[in-house]
Amino acid sequence: MVKSKSAYSVPGKIGKIERHIIVVWVDNEAGVLARIAGLFSGRGYNIESLAVAEVDKKKHISRITIVTEGTPQVIEQINLQLKKLVPVHKVADFKRGEKDILFRELALFKMLANAKKQEKIKKICKKFNPVILDKTNKSFVIQVTALRAEIDKLAIDLKRLGLISTSRTGAVAMTKGPKVFN
Amino acid sequence: MPKLFTGAEIVFKALEDQKVDYIFGYPGGAVLPIYDELKNHKSIKHILARHEQGAGHAAEGYARSSGKPGILLVTSGPGATNAVTALTDAYMDSVPLVCISGQVPTHLIGTDAFQECDTTGITRPCTKHNWLVKDVNDLARVLHLAFEVATTGRPGPVLVDIPKDIQFKKGKYSFSKSTLKKKLNGRATHKISNNELDKFIDLLKKSSKPIFYTGGGVINSGPQASEYLRELVSLTGFPITSTLQGLGAYPGDDPQFLGMLGMHGTFEANNAMHDCDLMINIGARFDDRITGKVDEFSPESKKIHVDIDPSSIGKNIKVDLAIVSDVSKFLKSLIKRFKEKNKNFLSSNKQKTSKWWSTIEKWREKKSLNFINSNKIIKPQHAVQRLYELTKDKDTFVTTEVGQHQMWAAQHYKFNKPNRWMTSGGLGTMGYGLPAAIGVQIANPGKLVVDIAGEASVLMTMQEMSTAVQYKLPIKIFILNNEYMGMVRQWQELLHEKNYSESYTAALPDFVKLAESYGCVGIRAKTPDELDEKIKEMVNIDRPVIFDCLVDKAENCFPMIPSGKPHNQMILGPEEEEEISDEGKILV
Repeated sequence: MVKSKSAYSVPGKIGKIERHIIVVWVDNEAGVLARIAGLFSGRGYNIESLAVAEVDKKKHISRITIVTEGTPQVIEQINLQLKKLVPVHKVADFKRGEKDILFRELALFKMLANAKKQEKIKKICKKFNPVILDKTNKSFVIQVTALRAEIDKLAIDLKRLGLISTSRTGAVAMTKGPKVFN
Repeated sequence: MPKLFTGAEIVFKALEDQKVDYIFGYPGGAVLPIYDELKNHKSIKHILARHEQGAGHAAEGYARSSGKPGILLVTSGPGATNAVTALTDAYMDSVPLVCISGQVPTHLIGTDAFQECDTTGITRPCTKHNWLVKDVNDLARVLHLAFEVATTGRPGPVLVDIPKDIQFKKGKYSFSKSTLKKKLNGRATHKISNNELDKFIDLLKKSSKPIFYTGGGVINSGPQASEYLRELVSLTGFPITSTLQGLGAYPGDDPQFLGMLGMHGTFEANNAMHDCDLMINIGARFDDRITGKVDEFSPESKKIHVDIDPSSIGKNIKVDLAIVSDVSKFLKSLIKRFKEKNKNFLSSNKQKTSKWWSTIEKWREKKSLNFINSNKIIKPQHAVQRLYELTKDKDTFVTTEVGQHQMWAAQHYKFNKPNRWMTSGGLGTMGYGLPAAIGVQIANPGKLVVDIAGEASVLMTMQEMSTAVQYKLPIKIFILNNEYMGMVRQWQELLHEKNYSESYTAALPDFVKLAESYGCVGIRAKTPDELDEKIKEMVNIDRPVIFDCLVDKAENCFPMIPSGKPHNQMILGPEEEEEISDEGKILV
């Protein structure tokens, strides 16, 4: 057996990586986002995307949606560590692909395209609730809402039709039906 | 119109309402208004350290030996950054600290002002929570919340950063208890169900190779928790081992106690952990110094984990029964339930665990803490043993630095009470023990307080001897002086082909003269013959003492689990290489 020269143990087996969407309700106070982001970076967790905005103006509660990847053990730790933070009220954890959860991302695409191309582009975007936000005879800005993978694919398709700038939000999530998460 | 107070007055009113009697600190420009107010509050005494790190460790020593939170007062910029090591140390070892730091006035924040730093930014990862107070009317609420966060759930440090203008401004003061409505640390208020208790008891009854594995959580839960633990261990007749931080919760000289476990734990404790069929973890966190290689950690056992911090459960090791609770509360209900239903458990279960006990006795016969003593040169283990024998009849408090001496202290000094052993386990901070001893002595006047130290560690915070002399604190600094950073040297010998890269300290000070220059007493012991006399001399001096104990320079700390190995593959000592007769060994 090779002699380990480290004062620490060697890494053990790594479990299967899962993608989760974690929703955190926090007090909207100074430094709260740094606390959440710092927890992730300090403990070596991933943040794939992050969306945050105040959802309750009276109580100053913000809702943060984080897309992350990790082994089941790491995902459990993320949940437990988040719950320990003082400004955190509650944490919800959804596995990617769960049936009763809705996910959406919003993207803005700026296209250089003439009228003919524009029709083609609208057609491609048709499934993703396209809205034209700005239009000139050389360019236009189109908004779509879709799943992350769909937007990924769309961006590739639009590339050859004159895509010059992309802006995307992180994913936001909500449960289906009348239930809310408590 | 309610009476208005300045920010500085609010700070002291809050401290008074929280029944604070000592503050450890160091003044500076951005906290001067608070220091100015100190004179008006006679019930609160300030201990002036020589460095903010020293003040922080002293506050830790105070907290750990008294069970009350330690209070730290520092200035902005370097004052705050110097406190970071102590805050991180307290965070890792779950010590309740409330650090109040000065900050540049609010209008200068963000301008790179003199002695400005982003204190809340820097301390965010090493505190349970921190606050920058920008409105004087928030100050009282924040301060009381700070005490609550520091002392509830899994304890830890918090920091309140107060800009200088807020210290001058006038605002309202009020004290309402329990401002924190949310549950701390997840389920701190969680009620223990009979179902959980019965599952626990069922596992106890089914086991034929059980072991209790207890940690600092028992100490943190208060002295009552140690009482309950002793009761449960004696009710079951099961063996018990403890982590470094848990020492003292169970009597170190009791036959059911297998000694400390982990990297430098005893052969019997580690083998019992590896081979057991039931592991009962109470208030310990499966730290990597304990588990060794995680994949091969105690492969055949069912595991129970009782912890107040839900994120400690399942972090490193999967367990079969998880119980989120304060140790004391849980053990109280468990013992009650257990007694109701299992009247003669001890005698009826004796047969079931007898084979297990005889296996343990066989491991014990290895006498893994043995070392080869000498009559020419002081062996460091021998020095700790003599110190123990000559101080065990007093209610002695021991702190340590970090390294070989720390492990020898843990192995050879037996603790019978909780809160008597203060050591930096999680962060492993060299320089912890001397200032911690100051805090311990403040909290326990008249008691014997010994810092078992190494010469390299103690030099990191040696300036605090001046603090000890100023406040007439008769702490004893017992230095096992081998002129090496012993643990570094040991790893280099065993794993880096004896390349002793930078681990030898040439030009050490003369510790006896150093003691004299600080105004305390210096004693040196060079040979085993004079050791006892010198220790007695040290104990009898009612002043601070630096004891320079010259020990074998090449001694290694055994037993040892090499990195990446499971518990049943320990190195027992140099005798593994060359057989030495039993007469040559000293029995422990």
